[in-house]
Amino acid sequence: MASKAQQAPAYLRIVTVAFVVLWLLVAAFPFLWTLWGSFKVELDFFSKADWMNALTGPRTLAEKGSPFTTDGYYGAWVQEEFWRSAINTTLVCFFVVCTSLTIGTLGGYALSRSGYRYTFWLLITALIFRAMPPITLVSGYLLPFFEWNLWGHLATTIIVLVAINQPFTLWMLYSFFQKIPKELDESAKVDGCTQFKAFRHVIIPVMWPGVITTGLFSFLLAYNDFAVTAMLLSKENQTMVPKIASFLGTTQTEGNVMFAVAAVVSATVPLFILVMFFQRQIVSGLTQGAVKG
Amino acid sequence: MKHRTFFWFILPTAAAMLLFIALPIVSVVTQSLHTPHDAVLTVTKNCGPFGCKDTTVIDQEATAALRTAEPLGKFVGLDIYFDRGHLAVAEVAQAWRTSDGLGAFFSQLSNLPFYRAMAFTLTFTFTVTPLMLILGFMIAVAVNTLHRHLKGLVIFFSLLPMIVSPLIGSLVLFWMIDSRGVIGAALQWLFSDPNLSLKASTGLTWVMLIVYGVWHAAPFSFVVFYAGLQTLPQDQLESAQIDGATRWQRTRYVIIPHLMPLVTFVALIQLMDNFRVFEPILGFNSEAHATSLSWFIYNDLGGETRLLSSAATSSVLTILGVAILLAPVLVRTWRDFNAKV
Repeated sequence: MASKAQQAPAYLRIVTVAFVVLWLLVAAFPFLWTLWGSFKVELDFFSKADWMNALTGPRTLAEKGSPFTTDGYYGAWVQEEFWRSAINTTLVCFFVVCTSLTIGTLGGYALSRSGYRYTFWLLITALIFRAMPPITLVSGYLLPFFEWNLWGHLATTIIVLVAINQPFTLWMLYSFFQKIPKELDESAKVDGCTQFKAFRHVIIPVMWPGVITTGLFSFLLAYNDFAVTAMLLSKENQTMVPKIASFLGTTQTEGNVMFAVAAVVSATVPLFILVMFFQRQIVSGLTQGAVKG
Repeated sequence: MKHRTFFWFILPTAAAMLLFIALPIVSVVTQSLHTPHDAVLTVTKNCGPFGCKDTTVIDQEATAALRTAEPLGKFVGLDIYFDRGHLAVAEVAQAWRTSDGLGAFFSQLSNLPFYRAMAFTLTFTFTVTPLMLILGFMIAVAVNTLHRHLKGLVIFFSLLPMIVSPLIGSLVLFWMIDSRGVIGAALQWLFSDPNLSLKASTGLTWVMLIVYGVWHAAPFSFVVFYAGLQTLPQDQLESAQIDGATRWQRTRYVIIPHLMPLVTFVALIQLMDNFRVFEPILGFNSEAHATSLSWFIYNDLGGETRLLSSAATSSVLTILGVAILLAPVLVRTWRDFNAKV
């Protein structure tokens, strides 16, 4: 606040701070709790007797000789082969981000530089596609994919995710390229460049901030997707999120909830690191579409 | 830009969307009009010492041959749309005729799986969206008054519920509200009812899912509104203050109108996203009490039987629902574009 006159009275400041603290607790506490609990045995994490057990871990101490155990992680990563899913997720995310950025930048650039009517219709179509719940499309994929033996492969899923990603990527990059002055590539064209050369030598060097922001969101979409990956991948090609879902079906009954807990924590850590490094880009990406509207 | 150059630039992305979004929609619509072939029956005369009998057997080979030849199945028109699993026209008409009063009618309607899924999806969409707007606004205003160094930290933690995948987020909460988990135990203690379980009742399950939805979505509106607050017209605020406006009046008549365009933006995006609510149903294991349209499709597709036609029909109905929700957005974009050109 700028001046003394605008300063909030003391009681209001206390209420505000209390509210923020409460929100932080609501937002972050579940993750910290799960992280802490993932190093306990099931009877401590889900304790009928006393919730404090999840913090101190008396059962873990009695069973394992130490208040912390990595059994959950061992069970998930080694016994249930979660490492396989981790590799699959890495592959899927890498290729989805690369492909959708490559074709998305070309498309978004073209849309931002063409003043014809059809660009509007293309953008509207993209918006409609963006609203489509992915699961509704999946029922359209299954029959053709079974018929042509495309089902179950990572490559198929990558292409599908790229396509589902495109509408969003196009819109993001379109609004980003609009902010790059047209005069830049116009002048390059006056100097004798073709449109593509102008793009290559003038636009590419200045487009990275927007591309990185868009790339983050493509990554998040590929990383977090459940509907497509669960339905289109065979068991050995599963990525992390459907793998966690399959833990719920099978292992929960065997009393190995802790495998799922450990897997959930393992899948959250990369996102945590991502937010830590790219917080600024994520925030700017979220607000980009909004502020101009 | 020339048409030709434009074409080559847009080609890869347009091809991807055409092949994997537009064609699948066509495929879904076609599929929804077909149903798998019935088994081929052959009638053979069986003559024994006590006379002849007609026996009907399933011709496995012919059935398999027919099913591979025409994997789509046979054309049935809109039959699947009207059957009991979807719009259930006959059952609805029956319920309308027999039930006295709207209450009884709706309770009969809620026994039909499609309407059950629809009821939850709509309730979820139209409660989570306003709640997340309000919560996000409150957090944004509160965080805006904090010290500069604290803001970054608060934003960091606030992003977490939104950034994790919905399945993981809902599992994390689900384990905590389990009757043996920390929140579940706290609630039992609070209401001094040792048998209280949020999973056991339909009403509480819905509340739980809605709370999850708000938790998951509030960071989005928070971040957008927070960005909007940075561009507040300071002189307008000051003149309002000089005119004697109270803090509340300044919020009501300066800040909220300033944020209004953002509110519409967030609300529209959220309507689209909440309408597809799906993973939380799996994460909270709440199929018995709450199902959504997306879950309904998933349920048909999964499992051994893979009811493709039924799933396709639900998909078409869901897409129609999205189209209705989307209409205002389209009108808005149309106006924006025309204003610009």
